Amino acid sequence: MARLQETTPAAGLGAVEIGGWRLAEAAPVPMALVMPLKGQGAAVSEAMEQALGTGFPQPGRTARNGETWAIWAGREQALVLGAVPALDGAAVTDQSDAWAMFDLSGPNVDRVLARICPVDLRPRVFPEGATARTLLGHMSASITRIAPETLRILVFRSMARTAHHELARAMEQAAF
Amino acid sequence: MRIAGKGPGDPARKVRFTFDGRVVEGIEGDTVASALLANGVRLMGRSFKYHRPRGVVTAGSDEPNALVTVGRGAAQVPNVRATVQEISEGLEVRSQNRWPSLAWDAMEVNDVAWPFLSAGFYYKTFMGRPGLWEKLFEPLIRRAAGLGALSGEAARDDSSRAFAFCDLLVIGAGPAGLMAALTAGRAGADVMLLDEQVRPGGRLLDEDCAVGGLPGADWVAQAVAELDALPNVRRMARTTVTGAYDGGTYGALQRGAPGARVPETFWRIVARRALLSAGALERSIAFRDNDRPGIMVAGAVRSFLHRYGVVPGRSVALFCNNDDAHRTARDLAAAGVRIAAVIDTRLGIATDADWPVLAGAEVIGTSGRLGLEEVTVRQGDRIRHVRTDVLAVSGGWNPAVHLTCHMNARPVWDESIAAFVPPKGAVPGLSVAGAAAGVFSTRDALTGGAEGAAAALGEIGIDAALPEIPEAEDAPYVIAPHWLVPGKGRAWLDLQNDVTVKDVRLAAQENLRSVEHMKRYTTQGMATDQGKGSNVNALAVLADATGRGIPETGTTTFRPPYTPVSIAAMGAGAQGAGFAPQRFTTSDAQSRRMGAPMVEAGLWYRPSYFPKAGEATWREACDREATMVRTTVGVCDVSTLGKIDLQGPDAGAFLDFVYTNTFSTLKEGRVRYGLMLREDGHVMDDGTTARLGPRHFVMTTTTAAAGAVMKHLDFVQQVLRPELDVRFCSVTEQWAQFAVAGPRSRQLVNRLLETPVDNDSFPYMACGAVTVAGVAGRLFRISFSGEHAYEVAVPARYGESLFRLLVAEAEALEGGAYGMEALNVLRLEKGHITHAEIHGRTTAFDIGMDRMIAPAKDCIGKTMAARPGLLGEAREQMVGLRPVRRDGRFTAGAFLFAEDAPADSDHQQGYLTSVGHSPALGHALALGFLRNGRARMGERLRMVDHLRGVETLCVVSDPVAFDPEGGRLRG
Repeated sequence: MARLQETTPAAGLGAVEIGGWRLAEAAPVPMALVMPLKGQGAAVSEAMEQALGTGFPQPGRTARNGETWAIWAGREQALVLGAVPALDGAAVTDQSDAWAMFDLSGPNVDRVLARICPVDLRPRVFPEGATARTLLGHMSASITRIAPETLRILVFRSMARTAHHELARAMEQAAF
Repeated sequence: MRIAGKGPGDPARKVRFTFDGRVVEGIEGDTVASALLANGVRLMGRSFKYHRPRGVVTAGSDEPNALVTVGRGAAQVPNVRATVQEISEGLEVRSQNRWPSLAWDAMEVNDVAWPFLSAGFYYKTFMGRPGLWEKLFEPLIRRAAGLGALSGEAARDDSSRAFAFCDLLVIGAGPAGLMAALTAGRAGADVMLLDEQVRPGGRLLDEDCAVGGLPGADWVAQAVAELDALPNVRRMARTTVTGAYDGGTYGALQRGAPGARVPETFWRIVARRALLSAGALERSIAFRDNDRPGIMVAGAVRSFLHRYGVVPGRSVALFCNNDDAHRTARDLAAAGVRIAAVIDTRLGIATDADWPVLAGAEVIGTSGRLGLEEVTVRQGDRIRHVRTDVLAVSGGWNPAVHLTCHMNARPVWDESIAAFVPPKGAVPGLSVAGAAAGVFSTRDALTGGAEGAAAALGEIGIDAALPEIPEAEDAPYVIAPHWLVPGKGRAWLDLQNDVTVKDVRLAAQENLRSVEHMKRYTTQGMATDQGKGSNVNALAVLADATGRGIPETGTTTFRPPYTPVSIAAMGAGAQGAGFAPQRFTTSDAQSRRMGAPMVEAGLWYRPSYFPKAGEATWREACDREATMVRTTVGVCDVSTLGKIDLQGPDAGAFLDFVYTNTFSTLKEGRVRYGLMLREDGHVMDDGTTARLGPRHFVMTTTTAAAGAVMKHLDFVQQVLRPELDVRFCSVTEQWAQFAVAGPRSRQLVNRLLETPVDNDSFPYMACGAVTVAGVAGRLFRISFSGEHAYEVAVPARYGESLFRLLVAEAEALEGGAYGMEALNVLRLEKGHITHAEIHGRTTAFDIGMDRMIAPAKDCIGKTMAARPGLLGEAREQMVGLRPVRRDGRFTAGAFLFAEDAPADSDHQQGYLTSVGHSPALGHALALGFLRNGRARMGERLRMVDHLRGVETLCVVSDPVAFDPEGGRLRG
C-alpha cells in the first residue's frame, strides 16, 4: 500500500534575509492545545509539570523546559510545543499540523513586526518568554519572544503564504 | 537668487528637475520652492477660484499657494506643497489649475468678473434649478475651480503603516524639542523625536542666532549627534504628527527621502507622555492685492535665506506690526540684499537702520501682473510708491495649538501676544513648550523643553535631571495687533480658497455670524492648509464685523489631520491581495496543476472544476464530474469546512443547547446532522457533528460560517451557559479532509484503509478512527451528494499526498476529482441547503426543518422562532422548481410571479436562491422561496429576471429532485 508523504506548512517558501533580519520556517514539532476543565487549572498545571517539566503559563507568558514550551494561547488555554501530552482533567487537542511556525530574528526585530502588528514588542516590555495572541496584518497570530533577538510567529497553516509574504514585505519596509 | 556661503548642502551637488517641462537646477537639499526661488521663479500656481497668479508664501507645511503636481501616471501626486517636496534628479513637477499655461491662463477671466463672484454666488445663482445644477453648472464650476487631479491609474501600493511605542513623544525638533529630547534621553527614557523638516533644528536653522556661544546650526548638530548616539532615542525626520487621539495615541506621517522605496509611512504611536514643541506659524496682514507672487510672510523669507541660502528677489520691503519681523531686514541686509523699506504699523519705532523705516505706515496696494513690482504705502497723509521684488509681511505669530485641540478643546486667547495659546490638559498626557505655548524667546524655548520633559517623565516615575540651559537670545516679543488695512479692492485672507475680507463681512451681513457658519459660507479655512495662515485673521475680521471680541468669536474646530495624509498611506498594504489573507488548502497546488480554475470561498480558494481535454466550457466539465459521482466515484477537498473539537463532561448538554436537535443521545461512533439558530430564531448554520468518545465530539460548520459559529460558541459558553463544563477549539487547520462519493466509494477507501470497512461495520452515519495509508486518521460516512459517500481526514501534513493518492485511485475506478460546480449540482439535486438558502432571513420553518426543533429541550432561538410572523402561510417557504419546457433556464436572484400576474413588486411571490443544470435529470433545477410554497406543489409560476431579461415558466416541486427515498446513501 502507498505511504503518505509529509509536507510542512511553509514548504516552498524559502528563508528571507533582509536588513540583518532572517525569516525562516521553524522545524515542525508536536503541538497540543491544553484547556483545563472546570476547576482543574492547578491540577493540570501540576500534571504538566510532571509530564513536561513545565507548568501552565500565566497570561501573556510562557513556561519552558529545554525545547518544550508552554505558550499562553488565550483564556485558560496553553499551546504546548514539543509534545502532545496525555493529561487528566484537561481537554488536549493535537494541533501539530494546524499552525505555520516562523522564526524571525535579528537586532531590533520588534521594528519589523511594528509594520504589521499593533502590540508593543519592545524588549523591555516584551522580553524573552513573553507571548501575545494578536494580529499579524489581518491574520490571527501567536507571537513569542523565544530568544533575545528571535520572535516565533504562529499563524493558521492555510495562511502560511500570506504570512510569509507580509513578513517579507515588513522586513523590506523596516530596513528602508 | 543664491547667497554664497549659505544653503541646504554642498553647492557642488546639483540636482536637475523639471517645472512645467522646463529644466530647473537646484542643490541637493532644496525643496521645489527654494530651488524655483533660487532660479528667479516666483509664479508657481493659480488660485482656486479667480485663477490669480500666485507664488510661495511660506517655507513650511502651512503653504497655501504653491501647490504642484508631482510625477506622472500611477505615481502622480497632486496638491503637493512646493515648500515640502524635496527635489530629486529628474523629478517632474507641474503647476495646477491653469490652461493653457501658468503665465497665460484663460480662466483668468474669472478675476475680471470678481465683483459678481462673491461668497455664496454659485449657490444663489445656480442651485434653484433642478437638474441643471448636477448636469451643467456643477461640472462646469468644478472644471473652472480647483486643485490638482489624480491620474486615474491605480497607485502602486508602496507605502507602509507602522506602530511605535515610547515613554515620551517629542513633537518638533526646534530648540524646545531638542532640549526636551536631550533631557529625557539622558534619563534613559524611550524617546521619539519627530520633526517634519528634513533637517532638525526648527528656528535655529531658520534664524541667525547663537546658542551656548555656538552658531545655532552648530549647537543643533552637537545636540543631534548626542541624541543619535543614545540607543533609547529614536529620531525621525520628515515626519509630521497629524493627530492626537484617545489613550495617548498619535498619528504621524513620515515622508521617504527622495527616491526612497517607501514613499510614505503612516505611524500610530502610543506614548505615555507627549510634548508638543511644534513652534508657531506666522500670519499675514490683509491689505489690497496682498496675494501677488513675491508677497510672503517675513519668517519664510528668513527661512529661505538661512536654511536654503536663497532670497526671492534683489530688493525686499517689509510690512509688519511687531519687533520680530525687523530681524528679516537685518539678516537680508547682512547678506547683501537691498532693503527697499520697512513699513511698521506702529508709531514711534526707533531704529538705527541704514534703510528707510516708515513708522505708523501701511501698505495700501500693490502692482505687478505675474509678480510684485511695486507697493503703495500710506504714512499719515502721505502716499508713496516703493519699487521692490519682495514684500515680507508679518502680522504676528500663531502658536501651533492644533494638536492640543484635537480632542475637541478650544484654544485660549492671550491678549499679550495677540494670539491663541493651547488650552491646558485638553489632551491627557500632552504638554506644550516653546513657541507652541506662546513663549517666543529662544532661551525660554530651551528652558521650557527641558522642564516640560522632566515634568512629563516625573508623572510616569522617571527621574530626569534638568540640564544646564545654554545662553541664547531672550528678547521680549512686542506686537500691536493689526489685522487689516481698510480700503477699496480685494484684501485676501485665505489665499488657498480665494476668500477676502469682503466675503467674511458678507457672511456676517447675511447673519452667518458664528465662526463655523462663516467658514462653511465662505470656505475660509478649508482644503489642504486648513486655514493655518488665515483662520485668526478671518475671525478677527468677523469679530469686528459682528461687534464682538476675538475670544467671544472663537475658533472653528481643529480636527486631524494637521497636514494632509494620503489615503494610500492610511491604507498601505491593504490593496489587492493585501486586502485580506488568502487561505490555501493542502490540495491547492495539485488542483492548480490539474488545471482547475480556483474560486474564492470566504478567504479560501477552492477548485471550480477539473477540465479534461476536449471540454470547451465549464458546463461540460461540471456535467461530467456530477455524472461521475453518480456512476463511479469522485474526490473533493472539503477541508475548508469548519471543524470544532468539543470535550468535557457537559459537551453533549452544550450541543443540545446550541443545536435545535439533540446530541447528548448520539451514540459513540455515530454522526448526526444538526441545525443551529441565532438568538433571534433565524437559521445560523448547519452541519454534522460526530461523537468520537463519551465526552468528545467534533462539529463541522459550513465554510462561510466557521468563524461566526466559533464566536457564537464562545459567547454561549462564556455568557449564557458558564456552568457547563466543556472546552472547545478549532481543528479546521489540523485536519485535511476529503469527500469520497459515489457507488464505488467504499471500494476506493478500502484500498487505503488498514482495516477495510463494510456496511455492517460502517453503516451510513458511522464514524471512527482509522489508519489511512499508514497514517492515523478519521473516517466519516456522511454525504452531501446523496451518494454512498465517506469523508477521510488525516493530519494536514499528509493532505497533499492523500489527495493525489485518492485522485489516482479514483481514476483507476473510472472516477476522479470534482470541484465546486459539480458539488453544487449534486446538492441541488438533493435539495440540500447552503448559505444561499440560510442567508440570514430564513427560519427553520421556512426551510421545512421546524420539526428539528426538539420539543423536549430548550435551545438557542427556540422561543424566538415561535414568534407570530415567523410561522405560517404568509412565510416564503423553500421549494424546488423545475422548468415547464425541458430547455427552460433559471437564474439565481430572479423573482416568482403567478402565471398571469404582472411582474412587478406588488405581485412578487418569491425568489430563486440556487440554480443549476442537473445532468441526472436532463434539465435545469432551482431552489427558491415561495409564499406558502409547501402548499403549492405542482402550481405553475412565472420566473422573471428583470436584470438579465430572462423569463421561464416553472412548476413548484419538492426540493429533493433526485433519489427522494435516499436509497443510494445506504447499503
